[in-house]
Amino acid sequence: MDVLWAEGGPLTAREVGRLIADRDLAPTTVMTVLDRLTRKGFLTRVRDGRAWRYEPAASRDAYIAELMLEALDMTGDRSAALTRFAQAVSGTEADVLRKALTELEEE
Amino acid sequence: MIAAVALAALAAVCALSAWRMTSVRWTWRAPRAAIALWQALGLTWGLASVGALLAYALEPWGRGVIHGLVYLVTHWREPSGLQRVGALAAGLALLTVLMAVVVVAMAQTLQARRRHRLLLSLVARDEPAVPGVRVVDHPGAAAYCVPGLKSQVVISEGTLSLLSRDELAAVLAHEDAHARERHDLVLLPFAALRWVLPWSKVVRDAHASVALLVEMAADDHARLRVPPKRLATALLRFGTAGAFATPHGALGMGAENVMARVNRLVKPGPAMRRRYRYGIVAGAALLTTSAPLLWFLPQ
Repeated sequence: MDVLWAEGGPLTAREVGRLIADRDLAPTTVMTVLDRLTRKGFLTRVRDGRAWRYEPAASRDAYIAELMLEALDMTGDRSAALTRFAQAVSGTEADVLRKALTELEEE
Repeated sequence: MIAAVALAALAAVCALSAWRMTSVRWTWRAPRAAIALWQALGLTWGLASVGALLAYALEPWGRGVIHGLVYLVTHWREPSGLQRVGALAAGLALLTVLMAVVVVAMAQTLQARRRHRLLLSLVARDEPAVPGVRVVDHPGAAAYCVPGLKSQVVISEGTLSLLSRDELAAVLAHEDAHARERHDLVLLPFAALRWVLPWSKVVRDAHASVALLVEMAADDHARLRVPPKRLATALLRFGTAGAFATPHGALGMGAENVMARVNRLVKPGPAMRRRYRYGIVAGAALLTTSAPLLWFLPQ
């Protein structure tokens, strides 16, 4: 996935395999992984002659943003899917906390 | 008639106690015991409400709810009188709705987690400084746990730069408690009930109370391993690190809850006597067994 994001253009399985140079992967392994990611909707592919060319369906930042929205409980569904440490508060409320923090640090 | 009246009274007592529990403060001194009591109240309320309706419907046969239902199914005979048939339908409908809501909520939660895990496997990275924790490259402050058989603790890049080493250790100890005690399972039925009854203030407050108690239980767990003051400063830093503008009025109780947790950590009051804590847990256990027993009461 990182290779595809770095490249910025559609790649074939063979090219992906070549770019992951630090690991000696069999072409079929690469193809299996790409195929699985495509089925899950993370990649799109187009025919190019006899091979498929793969491209990320969304950017890395888009997925990070999706994770963070859930992490900060801002999707609005208040689900119990995650347990969070604490949440940021807004404007005047934050001032109360900032004051308490200063007091605690001075002790 | 005794069973129906007793069950109806029990349901009323549970609802009334839940309403009281949302505003009392002694629960903060023994969060774990209070959570047990909340669970007992919720479960008993459901069983007693359903039981009261069914007990009234099946009362003429004098067999109790459980054996009355068995009789109904095996002999396929409906109770006489429109009122009793109505009560039977209402009782069975309520039971179905309550169970379906929990099942649907569980399915949705599992699906959301599966997607979240998948995304994490694509974009999160390991950080040598914090082994066993997944790091997401984002400047916002976030620290959370994706619960499951293999729970995963996740923090953001923003958290790494926001907190000192000790504070980070405190946050991780807190998240570890969530993961180990499966607090998500405690919250699930309350979240589910809130989802079907979004307009009910008691249900909303109940969910918020339990959510806060769960955080306090995790804080208590963390303070055994790290200095409580570090956990308190981490909480405050998190609260003030508003990387995003908060959505309209979604987090009204935010600061109040954070301050409640901070005050508990910095100035811990006298712990609740063990005797009382055990008393609460025993009361919760007694409450939980009362409704099923009444389901067997023949009259």
